[in-house]
Parts: sequence; structure tokens; C-alpha cells
Amino acid sequence: MSKGQAFVWGGGLFLCLLFSLAAAVSVGSAEIGIGTVWRVIVDHVLTGNGAGMNPDAVIIWELRLPRVILVALIGGTLAVAGTVFQGILRNPLADPYVLGVSSGAAVGSALIVITGWGLSLLGSWSLPLAAFAGAAVSVLLVLRLAQIRKHLQVTSLILAGVVVQAFFGAVLTLIISLSPEELNRIQFWLMGSLALREWQHVEAVLPFCVGGFALCWLFSRELNLFALGDRSATHLGLSVSQVRLGLILLASLMTGAAVSVAGMIGFVGLVIPHIMRMLTGGDHRTLIPLSLLAGAIFLIWADALARVVLEPRELPLGVITAFVGAPFFAVILRKHQHKWHG
Amino acid sequence: MLLRAEGLGKRLGGRWVLHEISLEVASGEMVGIIGPNGSGKSTLLSCLVGEKKADTGQVWLRDRPLAEMGAKERARQIAVLAQEEVGEIYFTVKGIVEMGRHPHLGHWPWLGERDERIVADVLRQTDSQHLAERIFAGLSGGEKQRVSLARALAQEPVLLVLDEPTAYLDLKYQFALLNWIKQWQASCGLTVIMVLHDLNLAAQYCDRLLVLKHGRIVRQGTPHEVIVPEMVEAVYGMSPIVVEHPLLGVPQVLLTAMQAQENGEERER
Repeated sequence: MSKGQAFVWGGGLFLCLLFSLAAAVSVGSAEIGIGTVWRVIVDHVLTGNGAGMNPDAVIIWELRLPRVILVALIGGTLAVAGTVFQGILRNPLADPYVLGVSSGAAVGSALIVITGWGLSLLGSWSLPLAAFAGAAVSVLLVLRLAQIRKHLQVTSLILAGVVVQAFFGAVLTLIISLSPEELNRIQFWLMGSLALREWQHVEAVLPFCVGGFALCWLFSRELNLFALGDRSATHLGLSVSQVRLGLILLASLMTGAAVSVAGMIGFVGLVIPHIMRMLTGGDHRTLIPLSLLAGAIFLIWADALARVVLEPRELPLGVITAFVGAPFFAVILRKHQHKWHG
Repeated sequence: MLLRAEGLGKRLGGRWVLHEISLEVASGEMVGIIGPNGSGKSTLLSCLVGEKKADTGQVWLRDRPLAEMGAKERARQIAVLAQEEVGEIYFTVKGIVEMGRHPHLGHWPWLGERDERIVADVLRQTDSQHLAERIFAGLSGGEKQRVSLARALAQEPVLLVLDEPTAYLDLKYQFALLNWIKQWQASCGLTVIMVLHDLNLAAQYCDRLLVLKHGRIVRQGTPHEVIVPEMVEAVYGMSPIVVEHPLLGVPQVLLTAMQAQENGEERER
């Protein structure tokens, strides 16, 4: 794809993102027109904190906007992390959770739900922090297992991910079976949810999303080289093991931040990179920014659906993404099987 | 001397696969490395380009120790075409050739004006302009190899190293590929080192041949000096008929069917 085409795609998706943001903010139990939404946002930005805001403005600014923006950040972050994992592992089935980030985070948060550790000290942040710690432990474990004489092989990374995930999965099941009364809370977290999120959550995720995206994009040419295979990449001057390690840490950090705040939202990080790669090619210089935008748009609409389908009850976000994502994934799988087995 | 190696030794899995290899390659030369399977040819190439670190000895490129150079610095001087089977590559041919500019670029992901020009030139020189927007995965084996060669050209190397570049190619593409390399060598003063399985191709294209057996250089010299019945007998265990190519005058090896099998049986007895 030429640079011009990339700008057309990028511009189109960006406009689509703005529209999705505004539309999603006006979806909810209190109907608010899209015109009002923009007036409130523009007012707020121009005048600073609007004293004596009307109820609509409060709903939009304090409840819906932070949530929708957070959803967009999470969607973009997961899509970029998924793109990076698929790139460095050269595996079409890789997603942000392939190295056990999710299962580690699940164990961390389940421990907090059950024991209530740190609640007095960290308040509502104890859960995300524990999830983040769990994610970090699992990734470091995977890297430790996969490293052979300072080299990180793709196969051993994926296998180590499987092993660590299986182990943490067992720990999680053990925790749940020890205290079945907490099953609901843990389950809801596992399926991903963004209910009751505020501006402080946006502030927590924003640096990981923006900083992570920028760094990944600066390494997009290196990511391209991985497609040629480790040896050819080495011959083109890439320090394969070091760059792979750095990018794994970066993408895991991004995933960890997203999972800690939003729970485990599946399929965004798997499916969005695939769609964008099919539509716009495998060049990470365009794939990464386009995946960021597409992931944000996808999750905004998934979250809007999650809020609306069973109103006033809210579905876990992971249910919606899997509902759309799983059939798509099945199609990809079929297509690949056809290719391999005639 | 462009490339010099002294006393190279390499252990793999507790076994020495290279012993005391010393060689020199002059600028503009085309050197072929031949030898039976498992004689250490590919390992030698890996050590010569700095991909693997030799356990003994050292390699110098233009009088600088290769071990002191970073990966990117090496890639600005040495281009390698290795045999590597990779999965689907969702890149256009132009995208693949652009990757050859990587060692010359900084951290900004896009190419500069000069790099764009070099990529366009290289596509033209290898007659691949019409392929530029095609997806690499959809090309034939011969086209893929041509594009990989274009990528190596885009690196602007002084030394081109190839590991069995003609494997998997049909007759026409084998010669086409080697002709391109020969032309490029002649026009830019490029130095070429390649591993070849086909002794006849090696004799036709290389200025000098090195014969490897059990990780040692057992013979070296011009094709006339190297491609002789005694060498083929000693290294490959085959008794060939060596004739002169009627047009080129280089030695060519003729083999007789069933011979390999009989020889093997004799040795077992």
C-alpha cells in the first residue's frame, strides 16, 4: 500500500472513530441527541469546568465520556499489542494473551477479590494493581522458561506461554472452588467490563496506550523484518533476540495495563490485526496505526451493544467481542486449513 | 584483501564441525564453496558473515575484526541470501525490497528520498518492476529468489554471500539467477562467496573453489585445479568422468548411474 492510500485509510478510520465516540456517548438509558453531545463537549473544553451543568451535561461528562474514551483506549491498545505479538511470533493465532498475561492477571485479581488484601491502603486501585502484578509475574515466568542461552525462539516462547497459562488456569480454578460465593465477581471480571469507570482510569491507561503505540510504531520497520524469518532479519542488521525481548516486554506492558482496568476482553487483539492485514497489507508502518484506530472503533461499538442489548442489565464486554470475534476466527481457521490441506 | 579468516573452528553440540579454516577472498572475486552434505559449508558461511561466533580464530572484513562490528554495521557491507522457509508474507515485492535499506536507516520508519530511488533502481535492474505491487507470497519460486536478490542489491553490499541459491529452482532460473549475480559482480566490483551443490555450475561461474570435507578445507584453487577425478573420488566417493566444456573450456563432471550405490556397498564390505 502506498503512503497516499495509507493516509486515506487513516483519515477515514479517524473520522469513523470521532463519529463512533459521539454516537456511543449518546447511547444509553437517557437518550441524548448527538448534537447535544458535541455541544457539551465543546462547551466543556472551551470554558473549563462548567459550573451549574445541566443533568445531560453531567451524564455525558462524568459518566459516559470517560467510559467511551476508556473503551477506545483499551480497544486500540489491545489491537496494537496483538499486531506486535503476531508480528514477532510470526504466528497468526497469537494474541495479546498468548504469553499468559491474562491468566496471570486473573489470578492476581481473584486473590484480591477473595482476600481483600490491600483494600485499606490502595482502595479501588488494589484490584488493577494486583492484576498488573499477576500479569508481570506470568510474562517474566514465560520469558525465563523460553530463554535458552540468551536466545528467544518462537516455538519455545509459545510453548512456555501454554505451560504458564495452564498452570495459572489451575490456580484460578482452585481459588474459585475454595470460595464459590465470589464466583460471580471473578467471573464478571474475567469476561471484561467497563462499568463504573471514571476519568482516573482513563488517566491510568492513557500513558500505556499512547507511549506504547508510539514506541511500537518506531519499531515497525524492525517488526517487518521479522516476517522474513530470524536468519534473514539478522542478516539485515536486526538484533533479533534483543528486539524481540524488548517488544514482548512493551506489548505485555500495554496488555497488562488494559487487562488490569478492563478485565479480560478477548478477540479484539486477535481479530482486528487480521482484518486490517487482509485489507491493507502486512506493513507494520501502516498496520499499527490502522489497527489502533480499528480496535478502538470495534470496541466502542461492542461496548455500546453490551450496554443496550439487555437494558437495564449490562452484558460483559467479552461476551460481545467473542460473539462477533469467534465466528470470524472460525472462518480464518477454515481458510488456512483449506490452504494447507488442499 | 576484502575478507580474511584465520584458524576458524566451531563446535556444535559438542562436536567440532569446523577445524582450523583459513582463507582469503580478494575484492571482486567470485568464490565457490563445495563439499558433501554435513561438511560444514553452511556453518562456515555463518561464521564468515558474523551470524555465528566462531569458537576459535577470527574473521576480518577490510582489516576490521568482524566480531567488533554491530549487526547493522555488518549488514551495510555484507548481504546474505540464506535458505529459509517462512510462512505467508503479506508484503508487496516493493515492501520486501525496501527492507534491504534497513541497515542504512535510523529509527524513523519511513525511507528517505535517496533510499526510494535506490529501491526503484534495483527493481529496474532485476527486471522486477512489473512485480512491485504483487504480494510476495503469491510469486513463483524463481520470482521469489529474484526478489530476494533485489533485496540484497538494495543493501548496497561490498560482499554478497549465498547459501545454495539455486536449490529449488528449475534449470532456466538457476542460470538466470547466476547470470544476474555475475553481471552485478562485473558492473559494481562486487565480491561473491557462495555455497553450491552443483559442481558443474560451480566450475562455470566461480573464479576460485574451496572444497570442504569434515570441516576442513581439503583443496582450493581455480576450477581447473580443483575439479579433477581424484578430488571427486576422495571427497564424494564417486568416480566421475571429467570433460572439458566445449564452449567455455571449464571442467565438467559426468557421473554414471548406479555407481554411488555400488561404491557404498564396496566400502561396507
